[in-house]
Amino acid sequence: MNDSQTPPPGEESPGTSVPRPCSSWTQRLLAWPIIGFARLLTGARSLWRGCAPEARQRVYFANHSSHADFVLLWSSLPPALRMRTRPVAGADYWLRDRLRRFLIQRVFHGVLVDRELRDRHSNPLQPLLDALAGGDSLILFPEGTRNPAEGLLPFRSGLYRLARDCPQVELVPVWIANLNRVMPKGRVLPLPLLCTVTFGAPLSLDSGERKEEFLARAREALLNLAVEAA
Amino acid sequence: MQADTLFLFVGIGALLALASLIGFVLQWRRRGVPDPLIDNLNARINAWWVMVALLGIAFWLGHGAVILLFGAVSFFALREFITLTPTRGSDYPALAAAFYLVLPLQYLLVAVDWYGLFSIFIPVYVFLLLPILAALGGDTGAFLERAAKVQWGTMIAVFCISHVPALLNLDIPGYEGRNLLLIAWLVLVVQLSDVLQYVCGKLFGKRRIAPRLSPSKTVEGFAGGIALATLAGTALHWITPFDLWQAFAIALTVTLLGFFGGLVMSAIKRDRGVKDWGHMIEGHGGMLDRLDSVCFAAPVFFHVLRWGWG
Repeated sequence: MNDSQTPPPGEESPGTSVPRPCSSWTQRLLAWPIIGFARLLTGARSLWRGCAPEARQRVYFANHSSHADFVLLWSSLPPALRMRTRPVAGADYWLRDRLRRFLIQRVFHGVLVDRELRDRHSNPLQPLLDALAGGDSLILFPEGTRNPAEGLLPFRSGLYRLARDCPQVELVPVWIANLNRVMPKGRVLPLPLLCTVTFGAPLSLDSGERKEEFLARAREALLNLAVEAA
Repeated sequence: MQADTLFLFVGIGALLALASLIGFVLQWRRRGVPDPLIDNLNARINAWWVMVALLGIAFWLGHGAVILLFGAVSFFALREFITLTPTRGSDYPALAAAFYLVLPLQYLLVAVDWYGLFSIFIPVYVFLLLPILAALGGDTGAFLERAAKVQWGTMIAVFCISHVPALLNLDIPGYEGRNLLLIAWLVLVVQLSDVLQYVCGKLFGKRRIAPRLSPSKTVEGFAGGIALATLAGTALHWITPFDLWQAFAIALTVTLLGFFGGLVMSAIKRDRGVKDWGHMIEGHGGMLDRLDSVCFAAPVFFHVLRWGWG
């Protein structure tokens, strides 16, 4: 359940330690046609195999093959959960022009990370930890970049650090099938093909589990989901 | 809507009400113990109500709505077909053309009643266009296979299904203004055949007719379903331009084509290792699971009418 001390979205007082881009409800309404379009195009079939769509604080970690991945995952969540679930996105890509900046900050309410680590002294995961501290759930792509091939790239360490620092948060593997065919890299017009979003059983860090062990286990859980979904 | 059409839909409604009643009694006799077969039966009946209602609304709105409805049906069917067909990144231009160019153009040709181009657009021009687009991608791997799959998908899901609304364009002397009933008769006879094959198969089915293609199809289901649906089509000859014997022969033809269509589409599903084409129609599977028989029956029905009565 969400922390009862967390203020509802949009009602934060200025000066809070959690910086959130505040967007009006009209801007958030813009998300609806985008979600509707994604659902219409892909048939948006979500299978809750390992867990139920409950209001628990979670990090959904998924395979990444296109920029539409988080839109489809997001649209697979019930509206109440969607409001409190924010995609983690690369600042280098999403801040490149005004439209993308507007979409990621105002419409999708994304959490931006600095993948290029320009500032060596700050913790690049701090925005994620802040969002979790604020009671939000996250959508994370632990491969770190889009993977045009089958299977999964090695996971970056961010997922492990979130598991270590926020043990109360459930880590849910999510396999997004077929979306790489909907929008191959470099194409703008999406193809209408059926996609399936499969939610697996939540993971958490075992006591004494090393980083490499945990990341391998999480990757394995996601790959198993892919086999199950096929 | 004409009196005949209204009467027909009232008849179908009564039939569905009877089916729902039977489904309810079967469910009630289980006394809360779930039975997957009965659950599936009831899901199928409920989906039938929705499908009949959609077709009824389109009929009521007129020809344009019927063309749009089947255009949407083609879209869902093509999406299911291409989803299950492995294609590569280099097939993108051909697939984009199939969805965004070929499909709307084919239905536009139905709407403007341009028979000459309607009948050769996909078999000739698209047949040539799609491999050209694939070749421009420069990927030679499994080239013939990939080109053939996209062409096959557009043939089945777009070309074949578009022959259902094309029935509206036939000029049959003495039958003016009643062409919607041709669609109603075709869809009713072919779908009734599917339903009765299922019912007869469940009640009397023993010997499997094509165990490798479709394990649920039986000789008893086949014979009973085809015979009863043919009789129903014959009895409904009054809504068609056919006499009794013509209606009998044509009903037998379309139900047999429907059966073989189901077999062919099953073979593709087995090859891809799936049971259903999709999940959009509760209890039935996908759009293509419901329409496989119509895909095969519609073009032949259209041309039989055009040559013999047009």
